Amino acid sequence: MTRFFISGNEAFAHGIRLARPEVISAYPITPQTIVVERLSEMVGSGVLNSEFIHVESEHSALSCVIGASATGVRTFTATSSQGLLYMAECLPYAAGGRFPIVMMNANRSTALPWNIYGDQRDSLSQLDCGWIQVYAQDAQESLDLALMSYRISENCDVSTPFMINLDGFHLTHTYEPVDIPDQDQADAFLPEYSTENRIDFDNPKNLCFSAGPEYNTIFKIGEHIGIQNSRKEILETEESFAKLFGRRYTGLIEKYLCEDAEFVIITLGSISGLCKNVTESMRKKGIRAGVIRIRYMRPFPHKEISVAVSGAKSVCVLEKDISFGYAGTVFINVCAALHNEGVCVPTLNRIGGLGGKDITENDIQKIFLDMVEGKKDIAFIGVEGVNI
Amino acid sequence: MIVPNARNITEDEYFFGHKACAGCGGSLAVRIALKVLGERAVAVLPAGCMSAVGFNFPQLCFGNNAMISTFAGTASMMTGVEAGLRARGISDFQIVGFAGDGGTADIGIQALSGAIDRNDDIIYICYDNEAYMNTGTQKSSLTPFGASTTTTPVTGRVKGNTHEKKNMFEIVAAHGIPYAATASIGYLEDYMRKVRKASEIRGTKYIHVLAPCPTGWGVDSDETIDLARAAVDCGLWPLAEYENGVFHINREIKDLDGIRSYVRGQKRFRHLKDSDLEHIEKMRDLRWEGINKTWIKN
Repeated sequence: MTRFFISGNEAFAHGIRLARPEVISAYPITPQTIVVERLSEMVGSGVLNSEFIHVESEHSALSCVIGASATGVRTFTATSSQGLLYMAECLPYAAGGRFPIVMMNANRSTALPWNIYGDQRDSLSQLDCGWIQVYAQDAQESLDLALMSYRISENCDVSTPFMINLDGFHLTHTYEPVDIPDQDQADAFLPEYSTENRIDFDNPKNLCFSAGPEYNTIFKIGEHIGIQNSRKEILETEESFAKLFGRRYTGLIEKYLCEDAEFVIITLGSISGLCKNVTESMRKKGIRAGVIRIRYMRPFPHKEISVAVSGAKSVCVLEKDISFGYAGTVFINVCAALHNEGVCVPTLNRIGGLGGKDITENDIQKIFLDMVEGKKDIAFIGVEGVNI
Repeated sequence: MIVPNARNITEDEYFFGHKACAGCGGSLAVRIALKVLGERAVAVLPAGCMSAVGFNFPQLCFGNNAMISTFAGTASMMTGVEAGLRARGISDFQIVGFAGDGGTADIGIQALSGAIDRNDDIIYICYDNEAYMNTGTQKSSLTPFGASTTTTPVTGRVKGNTHEKKNMFEIVAAHGIPYAATASIGYLEDYMRKVRKASEIRGTKYIHVLAPCPTGWGVDSDETIDLARAAVDCGLWPLAEYENGVFHINREIKDLDGIRSYVRGQKRFRHLKDSDLEHIEKMRDLRWEGINKTWIKN
C-alpha cells in the first residue's frame, strides 16, 4: 500500500487497474476523461494488460463491453451526463443479459441548458434500468469501490452490471491523499472472473434472445433477484475488504451522529462531507442533528433508512436532481420506503446543486432550522420565492 | 482457397428451425454464410428479421454461438466479442454480423464506420431486402427509387420512394477497408466465394448481399432466387469487390434491357410509369459509365 496525492478520477483509474479488466472501451466526455486517459496510459505502458478500444460513441462503448462480457471477460467503461443518456438503450440490455459490467459515471448535469458541472440528474434518471448504483463520497472510497464492484457484481447470485457515481469536478477533479493497494493485495481480494454466461465453442449458446409475454416476467424476476442478492454480497465484500485493507465501509447507508438524532438530512455523494461538518456545528448549538449518506441507490436501502430515522422528529432529503413535475427522485424513493415500513416522520425535500451551483454551509444550516421549525415542504435551495 | 460450391459445402446446419417466411432471401444468406464459416463462427445480429425469427426463447435457432445486438450496435458488439475472445487467448474464430439494410445503412452506420476505422477483425454482412421488412415494409436508405413502402406509399402526389438507394458498398470502400464486396443470393457460389475470401483476410470485411423479400416486394415465394439473379443481370446490382484500394467488377450486365421485366413483376413497383423506368435506366447507365471507366474487370 502506498499513499499518493491524486484526484478522484485518478484514484478511480488505479482501482480499475488493480481489478485487471481485460477489455476497456471508452469515449471521452468531461468530467470523466481523466479516468480513460489514465487507463489508456496504463495500457500503453504495459502496467495494465488490457484491450483498450477507442469507440465512436457512448452507445458503442457500452455495446462493445456487452459483447466482450458475453465472452466471459472482465470489462470496464466510463461515461457522464449526455453520454450516459446516449448509451441509455444499452443499460437495460446489459442488465437483462446479466453481464457484470462495471461502469464509472462522472455525475454531471444534463442539457438543456448545456452545462458541464456536477449534479446527479444523469444517473438518477437511470435508476430503473437494472444496474446496481453506488455514490462515492471521496477519492479513497472511489478507488475502493472500483475494486469491490467487480467482486459484488460478478458473484454468480448477483450477475448484475454496476454503476459507480463520482460527483463531477467536486470529486473527479479535486485532490486528496489516497492509499493505493499493491497488486498482490488486490489479487488476493478479487478472484479471477469466471462465469457460465458466456460464448463457448464446446457448448455453443444463443445469448441476448427474445422472450415473449409468456416468459418475459420470469427473466425480469431474475434480474430483480440478482440485485436483491447484492445486498448480502455488498456486506460480505466490505467485510473481506476491511480484513485485507483495514478500511471499513458501512453497507447501503452510512449513518453519522444518527443514534439520538431528531433532525436528519438524507443525502448522497460528496456533499455528505459538508453535511457532516454542519451536523457537528448544529450539535454544538443543542440541535440533535444527524446525517444519513445513501451509498447505494440500487439496491435501495429502504429498511436501513426506515430503522435509522424511526425516532427522528423530521427528515430532509437533500439532493442534486429533480423529477420534473413532482419532487427529487431520492425523496420519492425515501418517502415510499418510510410509508411502506410504517415509519411516520415529517419529510421535506431540498433540491440544490443543479448545474454545479454551490451548496453552502449556510444552506445546510437553514435546512436543519427548517426541520426544527416543522416545515414539510419541497423547495429549491439558494433560490428565493419559488414554490414547488 | 477452396472455392465453396454446391458439391463441397458442409452439410452441417447452423441456422435451422427458424420462423422466416417462405422464400426468405435473408435466411438463405445467413444459412449459407454460416455453412461456409462453420462452427467457429460467432454470429451477432441486431433487431431485424433474422433476430426476430431466430431467437424466440425457448426456440433458439442458431447451432453456433450467436447473440442479438442492439439495433445500432452490431459492429460495436462484434468489436467487443472479438476483443474478449482474443483476451481469453482463443484463436481460430470468426465474428460475423448479419444486419439488414436499415440496421446497416441507417441506424448502424456509425458503429460500422467506427469498426472499419479501427480495422477490427470482423466480417460484417448486410443482407439487403431494401426496406424495414421485420417492422412491416417501411422505407430505409437502401430502398430503391420508386419502390412503394408503408412509409413511401403511392398517393395522389407522390409515387413511392423519391430518393435513390444509398451506395453503401462505396461508402464502406471509402474507409479504405481491407475487403468489401457486393453479392446476391441469386449467385450463391459467388456469395460463398466472397464469404470464404473474407474469412481469410485479417481486418474488417464487408459483404453486401442482395436478399429479396417476397412479402415486402410483393412477389411469389418461389421467385426469390430469380429476382436476386435478375437484379444483377439487368445491372441494378453490380457484383463487385474492393480490395487493396481497387474496385473489381465480377460480372458484366448480361441483360441490358432486363430492368422492365425485373421491375414489372413486383408489386412494390407496379405503379411506375415509363418515365420512372427511364429514370431508373438512366441512373443505372450513369453508374455503369463510372464502373466501366475505373473498375477492373475480372
